[in-house]
Amino acid sequence: MNTSKHRALRRSIITLAAIAIVAASCGSDKTSTPSAATSAPSVSTAAPAATSAPAATESTAVTATQPAASTPSAGAALKVAVILPSAANDLSFSQSMADALNRMKDAGLISELKVSENMFVVDDAAAAIRSYAQDGFDVVIAHGSQYGGSLQQIAPDFPKVAFAWGTAADTFGLPNVTGYTAASDQGGYVMGVMGAILAKGSSMGVIGPIEVGDAKLYNDGFAAGAKAQDPNVKVGVNYTESFSDTALAAEAATSFISGGATVLTGSSQMTVGAVGVAKNSGVAWFATNSNQTQLAPDVVVASQVYKWDVVLKELFAKVNSGSYGGETYQINLANGGEVIEFNDAYKLPADVKAAGDKAIAGITDGSIKTGVAGS
Amino acid sequence: MAAVAAALAIGAIMMVALGANPFTGYKALFTGAFGSKQDLADTAVKAMPLLLVGTGICISFRARVINIGGEGQIVAGALLATVTALAVPGLPPVVLVPLVLLAGIVGGGAWGAIPGTLKAYLGVNEILSTIMLNIVAVQVMNYLLRGPLLDPAEASRGTRIPQTKRLAPNADLPVLLHGTRLHLGVVVALVAAIAAWVFLWRTTTGYRLRAAGANPDAARYAGIAVKRMTTLALTASGAMCGLAGAVLVFGSESHRFVTDGSATGFTGSAGFNGIVAALFGGLHPLLTIPASLLFGGLLVGANAMQRAIQIPASLVIAVNGLVVVFVAASVSLRRRVTARAEGARVASPLVEVAP
Amino acid sequence: MSEFFTASVLVATVAAGLRLATPYLLAALGETLGQRSGVLNLGVDGVMLLGAFFAYWTVLETGSLLKGVIAGGLAGIVMGVVYAVVTLVFKTEQGISGIGIYLFGLGFSELIYRQEVGTPRPIKGFTKVKIPVLGDIKYVGKMLFDHSLMVYLALLLVPAMTFLINHTRFGLDVRAVGETPEAADSLGVSVARTRTVTILIGSTLAGLGGAALALELGTFQQNLTNGIGFIAVALVYFGAWRPTGVLLGSLLYGMVTATVNQLKTLGVVTGAAASLTTMAPAVLTVIALVVIARRGSAQPAALALPFERAR
Repeated sequence: MNTSKHRALRRSIITLAAIAIVAASCGSDKTSTPSAATSAPSVSTAAPAATSAPAATESTAVTATQPAASTPSAGAALKVAVILPSAANDLSFSQSMADALNRMKDAGLISELKVSENMFVVDDAAAAIRSYAQDGFDVVIAHGSQYGGSLQQIAPDFPKVAFAWGTAADTFGLPNVTGYTAASDQGGYVMGVMGAILAKGSSMGVIGPIEVGDAKLYNDGFAAGAKAQDPNVKVGVNYTESFSDTALAAEAATSFISGGATVLTGSSQMTVGAVGVAKNSGVAWFATNSNQTQLAPDVVVASQVYKWDVVLKELFAKVNSGSYGGETYQINLANGGEVIEFNDAYKLPADVKAAGDKAIAGITDGSIKTGVAGS
Repeated sequence: MAAVAAALAIGAIMMVALGANPFTGYKALFTGAFGSKQDLADTAVKAMPLLLVGTGICISFRARVINIGGEGQIVAGALLATVTALAVPGLPPVVLVPLVLLAGIVGGGAWGAIPGTLKAYLGVNEILSTIMLNIVAVQVMNYLLRGPLLDPAEASRGTRIPQTKRLAPNADLPVLLHGTRLHLGVVVALVAAIAAWVFLWRTTTGYRLRAAGANPDAARYAGIAVKRMTTLALTASGAMCGLAGAVLVFGSESHRFVTDGSATGFTGSAGFNGIVAALFGGLHPLLTIPASLLFGGLLVGANAMQRAIQIPASLVIAVNGLVVVFVAASVSLRRRVTARAEGARVASPLVEVAP
Repeated sequence: MSEFFTASVLVATVAAGLRLATPYLLAALGETLGQRSGVLNLGVDGVMLLGAFFAYWTVLETGSLLKGVIAGGLAGIVMGVVYAVVTLVFKTEQGISGIGIYLFGLGFSELIYRQEVGTPRPIKGFTKVKIPVLGDIKYVGKMLFDHSLMVYLALLLVPAMTFLINHTRFGLDVRAVGETPEAADSLGVSVARTRTVTILIGSTLAGLGGAALALELGTFQQNLTNGIGFIAVALVYFGAWRPTGVLLGSLLYGMVTATVNQLKTLGVVTGAAASLTTMAPAVLTVIALVVIARRGSAQPAALALPFERAR
């Protein structure tokens, strides 16, 4: 595309670009704004809307081009990188991890946090995992089950980097891989119990993305809880076959409601569409992964919120003590990794709340088993 | 080049609006794409499917057939290659590697032959059919990866992520440069591009294919079977995409077919980006080589930029769009200037773009 | 399966199909007009995304649905101006510059959403408006006359577009420019001006299609359209460049999508079969086109070809 006429122009642009690059490399690295404070709700009631929206993308301090020469000692703050499959503030699976990491950072456990979000291309995520490891990060978290296969191949090349991935209870037998899972069936079960009472004999609808992983576990738990509470309650499940088709999620909700459903739930970032439908129809909504109350304060009954802090604290402590992983962790209701956050604005009948609390207590002390495989 | 600069300048304005330093941003992008041996290897690996798809686009667009079905054809090729590796895992690498690549070619070619045949013999527009076949391919992929081809470990774990088990190591594309990701697939893509050039400009069939695209009526008059050329163009285009699919599977970090349930999760939108690369290369397979490297670099650099200064990678998608628009504009502008100088009338842009 | 064949489910499914068809229909009608004048715009999906975002954002900031719809249309017009300059002044290869427009819309809508809105924030979207009298007809009322305003707008645009193309002076120009630009030019019809108008109208409708989607859902997300714009382009070919044909195609696509959704909701289709039924709209569209007729000849002769005056 270079005719002689353009040559002079081209040369000047290249010169300009070269100057720019030199200038940039001489200049000091710009420090971006620190993250908005995220006050973590410590009790299982009332999650103010403001807590669920940290500016995760702005939460980093310095650029990776100048790795801090930090050798982890006991209690030292770590350099942590995370790969997220969707946006860091999607009010769903990705946000649950981003929120937890920001809390760790605010607590001084993380010296530098880097977030690669929207990494839905699996091989791009693999490249990011490798790059972070090469850049000297202490902990690299691949927050999506689809990244496991790549991690399995990459981790052996970096024995001094702690890798974590989830949700899956598998380390591939590698000493520097940590697997983490969420017993999302437990929260689902609690929601199912409460939903079955609220439904008062009508039907309930579950909207899922693709019948896999964490979403499937939650949905199965919901159905199990509902059946345990009321064997006659009808629970329909509609998988849209996409994590991102907001319109189809909304349509699934609409069809459930027109079929008489009075209680809905669902997982993945596309459910934002379904929550909107529930809101317009005044149908109760149970949320999972992150607190979705702000989406529809009138209809969101409760949210199962993941507090990955439980896993992260243990993992960071291990790394600081010279280990790189090799274990699997689970967040659940008993260890506080899963919290049912009720929406105070929703007028939940006392008997329903009591049944929910009873289910939480039962699961916590082990007297109730969800009976869902894979948890 | 001026077009790219203009697009990057607008990107810089966007970065300023996002509160980032554009110099830091572009430095991160550039070093992320070309800064080290590993980065260069990553760029080459990222460019490889773009080059293969782009080569296919060169063939089809030369026959004046628009192939928007690259995504589906990549998936189809990858699926057949995967099935092949699962069926005969024990073969030695020297047999298995060519075999899975061939399977990719066949799979993608078959998926391309469908819209080709529909267009040539039933008058079904290829834009419609290729768009629809992309949707079909994704769902076939999800069905197979969650059912018959599902990783047994995923099944027993209960997580059921749509992926196969790690495929036979004998089918791995060998790494060419130790310590990097540079693998045989890059060579395969280069050979394919050269082969496509030979085909288009050094064979009779290639000449006929181009003639059918340049002027179908005249070609028909000259005794060229235009319908066959249409079918051939889409089949060959699909075959190249299918080859890209096979290389994506066997050259991936995970050495398996894995997706998040969308086509993009596996292809990285190579089916679309390859069109962009082919345009940038003036629909010439050999010029598509540097064009693919440039766009591969942009994509690799975009993720590096996100890592370094935490700017959303969507910025680079937007800038990529601008690059395409501006390059398309400058290409046609230059063509018209040239054509005016020669006193010729511009008939079809598709065949007049490049030497 | 028997659950599906009850009056209430069937009525709900038809209504859903019509609702789902609306964004496709709006965008495809716009694309139809453009293609009749010889302009192919593959960037519809990108324009829709921008229209969807700006409609959503405007409603979020102002609370006014009307302003939101206007913003969606304006976003379409702006992209239309860009596309008109690119295709008519620079005379680029349209199939390719359209992909550039798509990529820009995909990236930019997400970027500005992240910057200005950030986390999902719901808005009050369109509510249903029941048409008096007609809306009370048994079954039919619920199916056809109890929808949001955008649905009616899209449906009314079908006869309007037919009239515009077939019975107005402008429509005559459009057809002439799309079939034989040289002849039109020699008769004093400005090819560039006619195509500018069709591009602007088409792009506006794409923006409105995006607005219809976002304001129906009451939200915006990255890649909200999920490829609707590409399917809309395909539906133009399905409809053989006629507004009524495009309506049929959109309805087919919407109805099949709604039916599949309904079958999943009712639990008729579960498990692995779900992914196979999800592709039903795409498969049926291709099959329908093969079965109905050979329509290659209906394509505007000058489609996607830049016009340059012979000297």
